[in-house]
Amino acid sequence: MWNYTDKVKELYTNPRNVGAIDNADVVAEVGSIVCGDALKLYLKIDDKGIITDAKFETFGCGSAIASSSALTEMVKGKTIEEASKITNQDIVAFLGGLPEEKMHCSVMGHEALTLAVAKWKGESIPDELDTEGEIICRCFGVTDALIRKVIRENHLKTVEEVTNYTKAGGACGSCIPRIEDIIEEELKVAPAGESEKEKRPLTNIRRMQLVEETINNVIRPELQKDGGNIELVDIDGSVVYVALRGSCANCVASNVTLKNLVETKLREFVEEGIEVVEAK
Amino acid sequence: MTAAMERIVYLDNNATTMVAPEVLDAMMPFLTDRYGNPSSIHSFGGNVGKHLDRAREQVAAFLGADQDYEIVFTGTGTESDNTAILGTISYYRDRKHIVTSRVEHPAVLSLCKKLERDGYTVTYVPVDSEGNLDMTALRESVTDDTAIVSIMYANNETGVIFPVQEIGALCRERGIPFHVDAVQAAGKIPIRVNDIGCDLLTISGHKFHAPKGIGVLYVRRGTRIRPVLYGGHQEKGRRPGTENTPGIIAIGRASQLASEHLSEYHGRVRALRDKLERDILKRFPNSHLNGNRDNRVPNTTNIGFDYIEGEAILLYLDRHGIAASSGSACSSGSLEPSHVLRAMGVPFTSAHGSIRFSLSRFVTEDDIGYVLSVLPEVVGRLLEISPFWDKEKRQGKPMPL
Repeated sequence: MWNYTDKVKELYTNPRNVGAIDNADVVAEVGSIVCGDALKLYLKIDDKGIITDAKFETFGCGSAIASSSALTEMVKGKTIEEASKITNQDIVAFLGGLPEEKMHCSVMGHEALTLAVAKWKGESIPDELDTEGEIICRCFGVTDALIRKVIRENHLKTVEEVTNYTKAGGACGSCIPRIEDIIEEELKVAPAGESEKEKRPLTNIRRMQLVEETINNVIRPELQKDGGNIELVDIDGSVVYVALRGSCANCVASNVTLKNLVETKLREFVEEGIEVVEAK
Repeated sequence: MTAAMERIVYLDNNATTMVAPEVLDAMMPFLTDRYGNPSSIHSFGGNVGKHLDRAREQVAAFLGADQDYEIVFTGTGTESDNTAILGTISYYRDRKHIVTSRVEHPAVLSLCKKLERDGYTVTYVPVDSEGNLDMTALRESVTDDTAIVSIMYANNETGVIFPVQEIGALCRERGIPFHVDAVQAAGKIPIRVNDIGCDLLTISGHKFHAPKGIGVLYVRRGTRIRPVLYGGHQEKGRRPGTENTPGIIAIGRASQLASEHLSEYHGRVRALRDKLERDILKRFPNSHLNGNRDNRVPNTTNIGFDYIEGEAILLYLDRHGIAASSGSACSSGSLEPSHVLRAMGVPFTSAHGSIRFSLSRFVTEDDIGYVLSVLPEVVGRLLEISPFWDKEKRQGKPMPL
């Protein structure tokens, strides 16, 4: 049995935005029934470039349904420009996490979005989705460009991780040596210790959004299980001020909660350098 | 849905089964007061040994073995499978060839993959589209270099029965040790080791209402086999380690019960399985049967649903308290659908949407009615989400309810 978060369970039980949009402005289709998962994303976009409606159809497991629900919820009301900045990690954060083996579901959501944005802008198909390009994994039709992109964006270091995120190498395994070569090449491009997150610091707005999202979808549900709650008080640079509420407020272990849960999760989903301080 | 949640309909009996109340009663004293070690000289321990003797006789009777010492108790079905193969090849060291099938359980397949890395040649006998073993291929694969033939009695995913009697005759004629993985046959169809003509045969307690952690390896008198574990004198040195007395008592009692209930599987359980299967195939135009309809164990049906994905079906059924399993890639954590369905050449499109329902004698007619009442909503909802159901949707052919 998978260890799905409550958010994932909620979204596959009651999926949001299911179906087709008949007069959609853009339709993007990724994956295939043979590979075991596929996603069709429909967007309605107004003349200001704002996504006014988003719907999906998917052939896939619980986490594919949940990832697609999350994606459509996240893009609604955003401009195409804003939406194009959403990464697969944002989808994972919205879901409060996904099992490692299911990361490819979030990548599939991101692929569909990337393709939709490119189609809307009238750009050519992005390299990573261009199946005419160099294909590394023939079983699942995974391109060289997609593998490199996912390695960079998610700081992957092993073949197993690449398989979890893209499915490449998960069937016959004959492409594993090539995936190893790609990982090696990518690690040379981005020397160890210098992750992309550090190179491109988050903007203040982006950081705020991610902090709020992580608190709402990941941290609060955890605390509520024990009758606790949390309030976001302020964000100053990378210092996040929070107040613990409910049973957490008087709990002797609240400092542990603050460091072990709140800070760890924010560092995982938002930014490495985040420090959490309790607002008294 | 909240009310429905309280109801549990367990249709995953090929994965594991409930411990029968009679079995629990029989083993309980050996978990509490009678904890003595059967190897002890004092009567507190020694008397426990008499009960183990009785259990060994019960299992021997269940399998139709001539001698009770042909029964070796192990920890699991996997351990029995491994012991049969490793124990045999370590005796026949000069033979470097193994014959098995493409659809065996991982307990056999993973071991064979490892042995290939160690220099063995393994022939994986194929199956046809209905899951029947290719007997011609099997016959042709056996050589003088073959150390062991290991074939399952019934397949865990499709329930398809293999002609082990025929293979037994062939192996006898050629003088090759024959191991039968009968884990999925036990309790569902009769097992008679002398009719099969096998040298080794594996069963596992938790598949027929004994608890987990007890397996049996039948070793025909005179079979050449070296132990895999080394230690004390237990099981005549063939499987050392202090006996799992509660487990052994349990599998003895479960064996006795299984013999008594075989006719119920042949009758009532089969009828329920057939009703479930018939109604599903009739109601859902996107469903079809995987496996040979006529030559199966009576409790299993494997149904492929086109256009929808198996794990999603299981998760939705789970919300209604229904437990089943799937050959879908997603549900296992691997990325490819079940090796059994792939060996049968089931198209990926429907292998991803395959569901196995496996019944037991504890399943009622009411349970089956409940599953049939819930399925249209589950399948209908997923078809609605699916991008591959478009054509039918647009043509205004809604799911029949």
